[in-house]
Amino acid sequence: MALTRWRAFHDPLDDVNRLQEQMSRLFSRLGANDRAAAPAYPSLNLWQDGDYIYVESELPGLKLGDLEIVVTGGNQLSIKGHREPALPDNAVWHRQERGYGDFSRLVRLPIDVDADHVAATLKNGVLTIKLPKHAEAKPRKIAVTGG
Amino acid sequence: MPEPTTQDQPLADPVKQQAQADLATPEPMYGGAVFAPQVDILEMEDELTLLADMPGVDLDGVDIHFENSELTLYGRAARRDEGVEFIHREYGVGNFHRAFTIGPSIDSSKISAQLSDGVLTVHLPKTEAVKPRRIEVTAGY
Repeated sequence: MALTRWRAFHDPLDDVNRLQEQMSRLFSRLGANDRAAAPAYPSLNLWQDGDYIYVESELPGLKLGDLEIVVTGGNQLSIKGHREPALPDNAVWHRQERGYGDFSRLVRLPIDVDADHVAATLKNGVLTIKLPKHAEAKPRKIAVTGG
Repeated sequence: MPEPTTQDQPLADPVKQQAQADLATPEPMYGGAVFAPQVDILEMEDELTLLADMPGVDLDGVDIHFENSELTLYGRAARRDEGVEFIHREYGVGNFHRAFTIGPSIDSSKISAQLSDGVLTVHLPKTEAVKPRRIEVTAGY
């Protein structure tokens, strides 16, 4: 029987672990094949087409106003946010699996992007960031002429 | 280990999780990967509240069933990972499914739910018999 970790009360050690994770994920580098071994939050999926890079993350319960998304240096994407815990008065926890609190992640994109035209949408708890590729990073069709 | 009979279940444990794989088990109803959503369960004076993270699921994609003391949550997420050129992947996209056995202290006819920003909130009101009650004390002579 597969059991999910059961925790009746907030474990203070979790804050320590969370901090360690946050430290270790600073400047984590994204590459084609380095499927993250260390847990980093939030998890990210990246894909691209000719003109854009798309970064997606599952952030249920958050609004865009809870997030701070910054692109610096042409290719460094920072996502910071906060999720409020559900803590009604006089509540007893029977199960607590959902994470909450502050999080941040800084990743290096594989291609330079135009930081002035980044668009982010958050729908049904899924964040999608659309980053236009820098003109010099776009694929270009090279005309071949006969010699 | 045999499950205790429902009559013996203390109120402190009215919701029991059924055996569910954490990740990616085949789910015949919708096809594709299926994930067990992360949940919080809180007990208050008059109800239990269950919160389940179901990112990517909209109102049309939610199914909640209650049958034979079993509460089943389904969330169908639109496929967002098909036909795209991934550079980097850290998570899979799929549907959500999880089931719980509800004890007799919950009034199943009054279960209600909301979905907001990918979080499903299920309200499980307690039956009148188990709600805490204030006992009026009158002076005796």
